[in-house]
Amino acid sequence: MALFQLKINGKNYPVDVDANTPLLWVLRDHLDLVGTKYGCGMAMCGACTVHVNGDATRSCVLPISAVSAANITTIEGLSEKGTHPVQEAWDEVDVPQCGYCQAGQIMTASALLSKNPNPSDKDIEEAMVGNICRCGTYHRIHDAVKVAATKMKK
Amino acid sequence: MSTNQSRRDFFKTTAAAGGGLVLGFSWFSSEAFQPQVVGTAAADAIDFNAYLAISPSGTVTIFSPNPEIGQGIKTAFPIIVAEELDADWEKVKVEQSPLDTKKFERQLTGGSGAIRHSWERLRKAGATARALLIEAAAQQWGVPASECSAQKGMVIHSSGKKIAYGDLAVAASKLPVPKEVKLKATSSFSLIGSRVKGVDNKDILTGKNLFGIDYKRPGMLHAQVQRPPAFGLKLKSFDATEAKKMPGIVNVVSFGNKVAIVGKTNWEVMQARKAVKIEWEKEKDLESSADHDRLFKEMLNGTNVTVQRKDGDVEAAFKNAHKVIEAEYQCPFLPHSPMEPMNFFAHFKGDSIELAGPSQTPEAAQKQIAKMLNIAPEKVTLELTRMGGGFGRRLNTDYAVEAAELSSIIKAPVKVTWTREDDMTGGIYRPAVRYRFKASIDKAGNMTAFMLHGAGLNAGNSTRQDNFPAGAVENLLIQSSDYKSPITTGPWRAPITNFLAYAEQAFLDEVAAAAGKDPVQFRLELLDKAEKSPVGKITYETKRFREVIKLAAEKSGWGKKKKGVSQGFSVYFSHASYVAQVAEMTMAKGKPVLKKVYAAVDCGIVINESSAKNQIYGAIVDGIGHAMYGNLTFKDGAPQQENFNKYRLIRYNEVPDIEAHFVNNGIEPTGLGEPALPPTGGALANAIFKTTGKRLYNQPFADQDGPLG
Repeated sequence: MALFQLKINGKNYPVDVDANTPLLWVLRDHLDLVGTKYGCGMAMCGACTVHVNGDATRSCVLPISAVSAANITTIEGLSEKGTHPVQEAWDEVDVPQCGYCQAGQIMTASALLSKNPNPSDKDIEEAMVGNICRCGTYHRIHDAVKVAATKMKK
Repeated sequence: MSTNQSRRDFFKTTAAAGGGLVLGFSWFSSEAFQPQVVGTAAADAIDFNAYLAISPSGTVTIFSPNPEIGQGIKTAFPIIVAEELDADWEKVKVEQSPLDTKKFERQLTGGSGAIRHSWERLRKAGATARALLIEAAAQQWGVPASECSAQKGMVIHSSGKKIAYGDLAVAASKLPVPKEVKLKATSSFSLIGSRVKGVDNKDILTGKNLFGIDYKRPGMLHAQVQRPPAFGLKLKSFDATEAKKMPGIVNVVSFGNKVAIVGKTNWEVMQARKAVKIEWEKEKDLESSADHDRLFKEMLNGTNVTVQRKDGDVEAAFKNAHKVIEAEYQCPFLPHSPMEPMNFFAHFKGDSIELAGPSQTPEAAQKQIAKMLNIAPEKVTLELTRMGGGFGRRLNTDYAVEAAELSSIIKAPVKVTWTREDDMTGGIYRPAVRYRFKASIDKAGNMTAFMLHGAGLNAGNSTRQDNFPAGAVENLLIQSSDYKSPITTGPWRAPITNFLAYAEQAFLDEVAAAAGKDPVQFRLELLDKAEKSPVGKITYETKRFREVIKLAAEKSGWGKKKKGVSQGFSVYFSHASYVAQVAEMTMAKGKPVLKKVYAAVDCGIVINESSAKNQIYGAIVDGIGHAMYGNLTFKDGAPQQENFNKYRLIRYNEVPDIEAHFVNNGIEPTGLGEPALPPTGGALANAIFKTTGKRLYNQPFADQDGPLG
């Protein structure tokens, strides 16, 4: 066990865990930040996506020792009141079915748009291909990324 | 106020805890629906049904009983109540009810049946409350109720004066409930059929703890369970000496053929799990996929056959046929792969148990757990969490029962979480099935006989003997064989028809081709026959069938030349809804590419346009994905695909354009969680044939030079 000072959503969280513990399980089991989801545990589905220093990152294979100095953002910290343009677009387009993967989808999309405010369809595809939606809401995910991009320009 | 308090009454009105109107309405059989005021004491209301509450502040709370799995029921049910109530949707609050077998009937998610089951009783619940509110306003104003109407949470008098529902709630709660209420004309619906966003969107999009896997209680332990790694193995012995010494581990126990590792966090449990030494021994045959091939052959050529339906004499027809067409189609086992793996919370307290988690069948879980623990069912309470998908997997209660058993052993609150590997290898799969078809045509190209033999591995009856084309063919024989494999199976979204529809619609295309007929025309002719001179029992409506076929053909420009584009057609009736699809393909770099799928859907009245389209698009994507890629194979009883690195699910870049159209016929609504999936594989396979000249008989397609997404 070792003590880590994590910076998550602008707050400091001290946690005493094994250095190999993936960020995902620290968020979920130690910090009650359960918006980040477990899906596969091997970075294949994207349900656990968070931002590490602004980059979309799979937290299920990311040891806590690797992020102790990083700025981490989870779905809970993407905006204070759920008003990030990507969250608003997801609501307007009414993307979710079961909703389980959507936090990961939103974190991937918001990282893309922060770096590339005018993504082409190809850019969106390249960003979103790592996030599985078992319900098959891909068409609406596409539409919502477009709506979010428009909102962010305003 | 009526003083009649008969238990047969299906309606109650009572003062809410904070004052205001609470209408209890039944979800029981609507035939006996007799609304009546029975009292104003809250205690009276407890043993009745769901509640529609209106508070003096104006908030309308609608409790939604059915488990939400992503099908949109938590939004759809309240829409129906709110429509007849003329509530202001912006002020409606929706809450998930826990399992309550006294209040609710059919508190489950499965079979695309919830809307069909509850449509009328939900409407009556809303309409009755509206009538009471109007009557309360009329009395307050001293005017006839007939001069009043309701709109957006207000009662309005013809003079123009208005009063809000909240201000009427207390007075309305003291009025006798009308015996009969007038429901709206379906043509006057404004909320039903509109585009309504999911009521849980905000919580989903901000990461609130909605799902079972997010559930937490003070002092709760985490557990994972090691189940036999192959079907046919059982537990021989285990040694947890090392595992028990590891950080965060509380206990390691075995029950049934399983070993549970219990600890403080999931990660610690996962590490300790690797350190448990387990020996397994053979209990039943350890089947490999090659064995399944042999079993299918034995079943299809054997005599252990159940006749499901027989019309005329197929053998005689085959002898006299102009042409006979034969083919075999096969599908593999499939895991359901919901994104949220199985999990359940349980806290055994000696003579009672508290449960929480994602279940499509909470009542069945309650009963089984009560029986296992030898306690009364009412001592088993079950909180329903939102489900991260299910696709039929959560109809089976194994994971809830398992959590309950573990909690009863360790006597502590515990949540069992399945890893993805556990979820994929833990069983309850879509059964593997092989179908043998045989049909004959006469010189004029009429289908004179149709034979289907379904061979399944734990599939039960793998046919749907009364489905089309039954009724449209003079000579028909439908039969099934089944083999009891150690590999466990269960319903998978659109059970049986998820593959049967593909096989049947692809085979009918082969028959149409042999008859030299256009596939759409061929099906329409069969429906004509079923309508004009039906053979035996018919379970589908030919008119509705024909309408979706025509709509799909019209919207897709069926039969009109589109440069470089080939089309495949499919239509299927399941779960009381009709869906026709046309898939369009092109060739690119020598490979067929699926470009677009058109869907024409008759599910009766559409409740929520947004959610309905979401279901159709999702079902088509699901149908394409599993037809293309889904494959679970076995070696010595062990599933060979354990996670998404080896088991491929369809992704963002692999979906075609989709266009969905509804038949607008005003008929009472039917389900939509499943019916758009069955036709998809057939449309895809038929388009592949048109594009490449190659018939694909086995799923998944991607393993046999199939198309690219």
